[in-house]
Amino acid sequence: MTATELKGTPVRDYLLHDKPFWRRILQSREAGLIGALVVVVVLSISFVPNFGQPITLTYLVQTNFPIFVMLLPMTLIVVAGEIDLSVGSVLGVSSVVFGLLYDAKFSLVLAAIIAVLIGAGIGAFNGFLVTVVGLPSLAVTIGTLALFRGVAVGLLGTTAITDFPVDITTNLQNTIGASPFPILTIPFVILTIIFIVILQFTSFGRGIYAIGLGHETAHFSGVTVQRTKFVLYVISGLVAAAVGVVFTLEYDNSIGSNGIGDELLVVTAVVLGGVSTFGGRGTVLGAIVGGLLIAVLTSALQLAGVGSNGISVVTGSALILSVIGSRVLEGLTRGRREKKIAAAIGGE
Amino acid sequence: MFLRNMLPRKRRVVLGALAAVAAVAVLAGCASSTGKSSGSGSKNYKIAFVPKSLGNNYFKASDSGGSTAVKKFGGSYQEVAPATASPTGQVSFVQTLTQQRVGGIVLAADDPQAACTALNAAMKAGVKVVTFDSDTNCRSLFVNQVTPKGIAKSLVNLTGKALNGKGTVAIESGGPNATNLNLWIKYIKSYMASLYPGITIVTTVYGNDDAQQSLDAATGLLQKYPSLNGIIAPDTVAVAAAARYLSTSQYKGKVYLTGLGLPSEMRSYIKDGTVTQFALWDPSNLGYLAAYADKALIDGTITGKKGDTFTAGKLGKYTVGAHQTVILGPPTVFDKSNIDNYNF
Repeated sequence: MTATELKGTPVRDYLLHDKPFWRRILQSREAGLIGALVVVVVLSISFVPNFGQPITLTYLVQTNFPIFVMLLPMTLIVVAGEIDLSVGSVLGVSSVVFGLLYDAKFSLVLAAIIAVLIGAGIGAFNGFLVTVVGLPSLAVTIGTLALFRGVAVGLLGTTAITDFPVDITTNLQNTIGASPFPILTIPFVILTIIFIVILQFTSFGRGIYAIGLGHETAHFSGVTVQRTKFVLYVISGLVAAAVGVVFTLEYDNSIGSNGIGDELLVVTAVVLGGVSTFGGRGTVLGAIVGGLLIAVLTSALQLAGVGSNGISVVTGSALILSVIGSRVLEGLTRGRREKKIAAAIGGE
Repeated sequence: MFLRNMLPRKRRVVLGALAAVAAVAVLAGCASSTGKSSGSGSKNYKIAFVPKSLGNNYFKASDSGGSTAVKKFGGSYQEVAPATASPTGQVSFVQTLTQQRVGGIVLAADDPQAACTALNAAMKAGVKVVTFDSDTNCRSLFVNQVTPKGIAKSLVNLTGKALNGKGTVAIESGGPNATNLNLWIKYIKSYMASLYPGITIVTTVYGNDDAQQSLDAATGLLQKYPSLNGIIAPDTVAVAAAARYLSTSQYKGKVYLTGLGLPSEMRSYIKDGTVTQFALWDPSNLGYLAAYADKALIDGTITGKKGDTFTAGKLGKYTVGAHQTVILGPPTVFDKSNIDNYNF
């Protein structure tokens, strides 16, 4: 072998593996999801009566606000290879605590702060059991899911507190100026940006990916595995509780069953959004698009007169198809790449 | 996702552009078409029933009554509901119906407050909102099944006639703190004293809405009062449990049992002779009445204020009472002759 031949080979390999930036974007999982979302939106506007109205967007954001926001911390937790199924119950507890404190003549702000802190406390409790005690997060959070739903319903019984200031409820249901976007879009966008920055642009975020790919590797790369996970659970509890406060004010209703079943909708959105349940892969953007996809499908099917049973069948199928799709895609690209590499090696 | 692998890149870009153009075109088309469809002259009899959740036999019965009524007055009927009941589960359905410009929504509220913003928006858009079974804080009219006095009177009359006006009876209730049950029991006692003075009510026992506890309560009752002539159980769990106990005991056919029961749970005890009659409002009539009430609102013949009257098909004439409420009327009595007609 001569020196020139040696120089030539790595250059060709480099070209094979590193596609141009725009192509990486276009061929990412997220691009596929956005494509699917566009197709669903276009089809819905074309074929579903009353879908192509601005109010559809308003309702969509308003109704799905708790899911959209709670999927942000959930994405981080799933990327770290864990899960938090207690978010719906934390929302419920927060709503009830907030209502009870407000009824006990606490100011709205103080009641909200205490409710959110209790949410963070529940998150810390989850985090403690997962990281310090070392229990599996699925079991722990199924436990706290039941436990705190019981607490929420137990605190208020079958009654509800519904005497929150009317103007706050009205304002929360308003839109930004003449646009179809509800006021709630603003906190959602801000939180989205914060979570994207945390996960994609900080060393803490890269640590989360490392944890999802393997504890030991992460540990030896200098990531504080347990502390990171603990922080994630606290954030998750905190966010779910904050959503609980907003939800209570939005619907002027503090009741123990608020947020019931939300945890599964959040996890569905995250998984549909291409976040791997094995950890280590997925993005906030993907999860949001996953959430939007479900929201748009649900809204369109409802307007098309499909019943709840039919809607469940469609969203369930979409989830399974998405998982199969990403598997097939993975297999195809890997196969193609291997072939290319084989061809490159063979051609030498 | 599959598209990306199957098509060459250039074609993909073209497709994407086409989709975008189509989206804009369709959006524009929709925006222009929505303006026209509103101001039509005839009455909008598109009526949607929104039960608490799907798959509940009680609401299947009420909604089938609603469907019959809507078809009878030439409207179009639809039923939508969340798969499982939750406080805000009905919100998106109410919003959807408002967008679809239905004429009326007939709702059994999951929560008195949570759907209010959506319902208020619906009413503002001209949709007439009627609730039945369970009320909300925001509607034009509430169709209530029956009054506490109506229930009490009906059960007292059944018992009084069956015992020929003399003997001893006991009451088996659900929970000791249930407001509605306690109110019914209060009226049962006062009606019994005034209408059938020969009948003594010896005690009230509680089954706490639990099948086993209700069964134990019935067992204990007959151990303590072996010569008891009758049991009144104004609670579906209690009446079914008492019937279960009686059906296998020596008291079967000797102790008269009645109460508020579900036909589906009581059918076998009616058939084997343990129970001859029990009562409950007929949910299909409730739905039927609610549909006609909604029609009357759409027609503008009533506005929901006290004293308004309207005719509800086969059920006859109804008058709106206090708090914009219409009462269905005395409960239906179920016995061998009609039990097979009911499936809830």
